[in-house]
Amino acid sequence: MLETKGIAKIYGTGPKATHALEDVSFTVTDGEFVCVVGPSGCGKTTLLKCIAGLMRPTRGEVLLRGKRVVEPPEELALVFQDYSRSLMPWSTVRNNVLLPLRHKRLSTAERKALVAESLGSVGLTRFIDHYPWQLSGGMQQRVAIARALAYQPAILLMDEPFASVDAQTRGDLEDLVLRVREQYGITILFVTHDIDESVYLADRVVVLTHSPTTVKEIVGVSLPRPRDQIATKELADFINLRGHVYRLIRRELTPVTSVDAVPNSGTPV
Amino acid sequence: MRLRRITDVLIFVLSIVAALAFWEAISRTGVISEKDLPAMSTTFSELWDLMQTGTFWHALLQTARGWALGLGVAAALAIPIGIVLGSSDFAARAFRVPIEFLRPIPSAALIPVLFLTLGTTLQSEIFLAAFGAFWPLLIQTIYGVRDVDPVALDTARSFGVSTFEGLYRIKLPSAVPYIATGMRISSGVALILAFTAELFMGNPGLGQKVNVAQAFGLENQLYAYALATGFLGLAIHVVSTAAERRALRWHPSQRAVTA
Ligand SMILES: Nc1ncnc2c1ncn2[C@@H]1O[C@H](COP(=O)(O)OP(=O)(O)O)[C@@H](O)[C@H]1O
Ligand SMILES: [Mg+2]
Repeated sequence: MLETKGIAKIYGTGPKATHALEDVSFTVTDGEFVCVVGPSGCGKTTLLKCIAGLMRPTRGEVLLRGKRVVEPPEELALVFQDYSRSLMPWSTVRNNVLLPLRHKRLSTAERKALVAESLGSVGLTRFIDHYPWQLSGGMQQRVAIARALAYQPAILLMDEPFASVDAQTRGDLEDLVLRVREQYGITILFVTHDIDESVYLADRVVVLTHSPTTVKEIVGVSLPRPRDQIATKELADFINLRGHVYRLIRRELTPVTSVDAVPNSGTPV
Repeated sequence: MRLRRITDVLIFVLSIVAALAFWEAISRTGVISEKDLPAMSTTFSELWDLMQTGTFWHALLQTARGWALGLGVAAALAIPIGIVLGSSDFAARAFRVPIEFLRPIPSAALIPVLFLTLGTTLQSEIFLAAFGAFWPLLIQTIYGVRDVDPVALDTARSFGVSTFEGLYRIKLPSAVPYIATGMRISSGVALILAFTAELFMGNPGLGQKVNVAQAFGLENQLYAYALATGFLGLAIHVVSTAAERRALRWHPSQRAVTA
């Protein structure tokens, strides 16, 4: 349903140009949960912006249901990493969630129902009249997720959504996303730099290389669902997959061997 | 915390008392003759007497009206123009030269021109106040719109929010702290220029009363009217600070107060 074909993105021109993406191709089928994992700065955010139609790739194209993406498509919602910047601090939770609904052709009652339903599914019904800054980081990101869900997208794009919350909250939010996915039957493309997270959530993991960025490997994850923070992560399959992805990314790190080769310098790394 | 507040109030009251006592003293001891600077007590009692007259309140309202209409006209023009200039690089470049030409003109330099064209009318007073108040507000609005978070704009765009809706749902609210600062600066400028128009062109109001009092050598009245202008400025400041606090209750600078 979603296809990226040979995406390249170069920022700027001349000697100062940054090759953020070199050649990235993969597909996401209907109902799938795909994680994109790659080291920091390899162009994950750039990739999502191209897919979301916020930015034109320098080369290649993004196809959504066979149609080339040139502007933000209606079937697609994006959750940014930085909730404190993507939520509007001057608006209540209710009005934040209403933002994507105001220009949709809906009755007031339908809008109200969508807001209530999406806030309910992230467990924030009680906080509808709060301001974002009155909530914790994890709760703010749940507001951002609720807002994306209220928009009723066919695909949800998430850009390292849990990178700035604590570990406990992070686990809870991962499970929340899995639950919401069941409830809404939504396709999810989830970007992260956290390997455990990618394997825990995904049906398939797209592993990116360092820049110049290409797809290193696409790893299928056939762990049973529903997944569980403890049981799933104890499975041998999980541990193997996690190790496999780790190795793919580590081989990327510039000459590991030369560091190893330094004779006992006395400074433990 | 409690103690802190008590000290704050104490310092506030003491500084006023000290200033008033100083005023009283330099006049009474003749450092500056009572003829040139009437004592504080004399001025306040003169002001009290004036306050019993309709003329005083009429003049006060005329100055307040000049301020309000001048600031209103400035805001009605500067905020939309600032939003356009702040949003569009093309517009910003196209209007840079005229703005940089007009902005440094001292408002007082307009007085002779206004005197010859509009004369001693309400329009000339409003024009002068609005001209002065326009620039700080325009510049602040442009900065505010420029400073909008690109992530907030991308968020809106990804949800299919139109450029126009993004303008008033994202850009305008995020520029509000800047606009509030602009309003605070412009408010003071508008009051000073409304008063100036009255003082120099003879438009009716407190400034004109000061001018007349000076012409007739009524020093007590002169100072009483000047004092009244000061109180008007203070009242405007108190009201606008409260309004700003309300409009910005979501903003980090005000959250400590409300949360
Ligand atoms: N607007 C931009 N202009 C120039 N360079 C950019 C811009 N955005 C990102 N980059 C560069 O592109 C590379 C990839 O950035 P990004 O997509 O944010 O990576 P990631 O999300 O994987 O951390 C980085 O080197 C970054 O500095
Ligand atoms: Mg990123």
